[in-house]
Amino acid sequence: MARSTTADATVRKKIELTILLAPALVLFVGFVLLPIVIAAYYSLFNWTGYGPLSDFVGMRNYTFAFGDPVFVQAIEHTLILTVLALVVQGPLSLGIALLLNRKFRGRGFLRLIIFAPYVLPPAVTAVMWSLMLYPGGFVDQLLKSVGLGGLIQEWLANLHIVLYTNFVVLTWQYIGFGIVLLLAGLQGIPVELKEAAAIDGATPWQVTRRVTIPLLAPTIRIWVFITVIGSLQVFDVVWILTGGGPANASTTMATYMFLDGFRSLEFGYGTAIAVILFAFCFVFSLVYQRFALRRDTAGALTRAVG
Amino acid sequence: MRSRRACAAVALAVATATAVAACSSGSSSSSSTSTSTGASSSSSPSASTAAKVTLTWWNNATAQPLLGVWQSVIKSFEATHPNITIQNVPIQNEQFTTKIPLALQSGSPPDIYQQWGGGQEATQVTSGKLTNLTSSVSSWIGELGSAAAGWQVKGQQYGVPFDLHVVGFWYRKDLFATAGITSPPTTIAQLESDDAKLKAKGIAPIAIGSKDRWPDAFYWEYFAVRECPSATIKTAMTSVSLTPACFTKASADLTAFLKTNPFQAAFLGTPAQQGAGSSAGLVANGKAAMELQGDWDPSVMAGVTTNKKLSSELGWFPFPAVTGAQGDATAVLGGGDGMSCTTGAAEPACAEFLQYLDSTPVQEQLIKVASPGLPANPAAVSAISLPAEQTAAAADKAASYVATYFDTAMPTQPGQNLDNAVANFFAGQGSSTAIISSVTGPA
Repeated sequence: MARSTTADATVRKKIELTILLAPALVLFVGFVLLPIVIAAYYSLFNWTGYGPLSDFVGMRNYTFAFGDPVFVQAIEHTLILTVLALVVQGPLSLGIALLLNRKFRGRGFLRLIIFAPYVLPPAVTAVMWSLMLYPGGFVDQLLKSVGLGGLIQEWLANLHIVLYTNFVVLTWQYIGFGIVLLLAGLQGIPVELKEAAAIDGATPWQVTRRVTIPLLAPTIRIWVFITVIGSLQVFDVVWILTGGGPANASTTMATYMFLDGFRSLEFGYGTAIAVILFAFCFVFSLVYQRFALRRDTAGALTRAVG
Repeated sequence: MRSRRACAAVALAVATATAVAACSSGSSSSSSTSTSTGASSSSSPSASTAAKVTLTWWNNATAQPLLGVWQSVIKSFEATHPNITIQNVPIQNEQFTTKIPLALQSGSPPDIYQQWGGGQEATQVTSGKLTNLTSSVSSWIGELGSAAAGWQVKGQQYGVPFDLHVVGFWYRKDLFATAGITSPPTTIAQLESDDAKLKAKGIAPIAIGSKDRWPDAFYWEYFAVRECPSATIKTAMTSVSLTPACFTKASADLTAFLKTNPFQAAFLGTPAQQGAGSSAGLVANGKAAMELQGDWDPSVMAGVTTNKKLSSELGWFPFPAVTGAQGDATAVLGGGDGMSCTTGAAEPACAEFLQYLDSTPVQEQLIKVASPGLPANPAAVSAISLPAEQTAAAADKAASYVATYFDTAMPTQPGQNLDNAVANFFAGQGSSTAIISSVTGPA
């Protein structure tokens, strides 16, 4: 009797799991795994989008990509943007988040203002900035009016500057996200800990350095993850602001994929670039999950049910 | 962060399209008159005039006034052809390059869609989904003159133009007068000396929208049209090879011309058509004196300025002659907008509609209300209101040869590579030989 009850329970559990998991599994396989596999398959062909997949070229799309100086340049630009995002946006958003975490008049309003750019669609941001960056436009006028007229550059036309112009606009767009994320992390740190440290004679700087920032580490690690993935895939702002130009001086992997792959109707080649971009993101997220995020998720993720 | 989803969407779209095509490929040849809407599914293969048919029409008229013109044209066409219903599907211009390949790949392409001719059309014909219109339009296509040849593939008519485009210099008569220039330049040497006169008055001589890449290509292509005989260009476009020496000479001409620094400040970051800071905006607002652009430029300019006198201040002159060049000095660079029928569309309804688009009253209405370009039917030229545009139309009509934009005349990929190579050259990167080899580079 007892035996059959446990057997019944196991069967029931299995049925339950099947019913509950199947829809999600079908969606995941159909809309995530399958397109990735199909994209990888297409990337082995020379295919213009018409007719059957017949011109099998093996790895030629990949060897051509890595032999194309423009694509290598695009990888360089993407990595520069990623490193800059970490080095510049990180300390900046941490600093602003710490400031906004203090109590002062108008704090709510200031938080709202700082978060506003993130809410704008990237296309709007890009169009707005391209209007401000025209020669003699708002940015130039502003620099002139504060006596910095000598700093004026051809922001979108100078081959050596245009990538950094893009970075400034991207920072403007995404800094609010980092700040809000870190603010949320700061709110989770109990005030008692800081008070205890202060009573023990810690200076405000020491409190921040030794108590607040270590407790904020999990949030910072998540921010790094999101920022790196976002920077590797950056497309819309760059595409509208400069189109990757002039002379490919601001191409990223995603704009290269669009311009040299899909715009040129080289779907096989375009998907090869997409697969390379995917590989970059995938490898980074695996490595990062394994070495940096593991301690945050330890104990939080459910292990297999015995 | 958003582009990742875009990648997935593209991959998914491509995947779906192929799946659909794979499913439908077996049956598509047997059903001859299957159109994409339910209403028409009852039409039998013998349908000539009696059975009701629906034609879906993909065009780029997403905004007024062209949208209104097409709507009224559909209404009047349906009134005289009670058995035909046209379903208007306006699609953003830029989406055609990706949507059409996917649609032709799928089982249900649109019955009629916007067609720019040249190499893109040739690539689309390989899908086997385009209707060969040669015999059904033979009775009237002659009225359009040599322009219709741009929509032929191997001598067969797979598309029909409804308007034509010509590229030339738009200039501000008032700014030319300020600089003491009495008549438009007819040679490159004169153009360069006029540039110097304009610069002396603090006016940027020529505006260019290099951010968009394609305006750069106009210069190289026009130098090639001047340097090369028309037969050489025709061969180069179909064989996708720029090896004849005249193309190298065109690069040399361009190099010398760029050395004179004729463009506005920061031209590499300037868009062609968006806002007052675009190249069209600079000319419209009197910041620059000229722009090498298509015939659509005045309407773009009207959208980015409050200058009410613009239409009387604008003039047009053809690309100047190059001394000692072998090409024809009257040849022009241009193209146009047309329509193609797909094999699923009911015939002769589709061909009848294309004929209707080119009939004189429709052409006159099109030019008067929307003027998307110059009329394909020469009988409607008198409907052009802007004097400068009539000058352009006259030059187009008198041209010994109309060279289709190279990026359209060649298949898509070499065409894009050529645009990119010329754009890099304008930015001081790459070399003039890179332009020549760009079209033959591996994919």
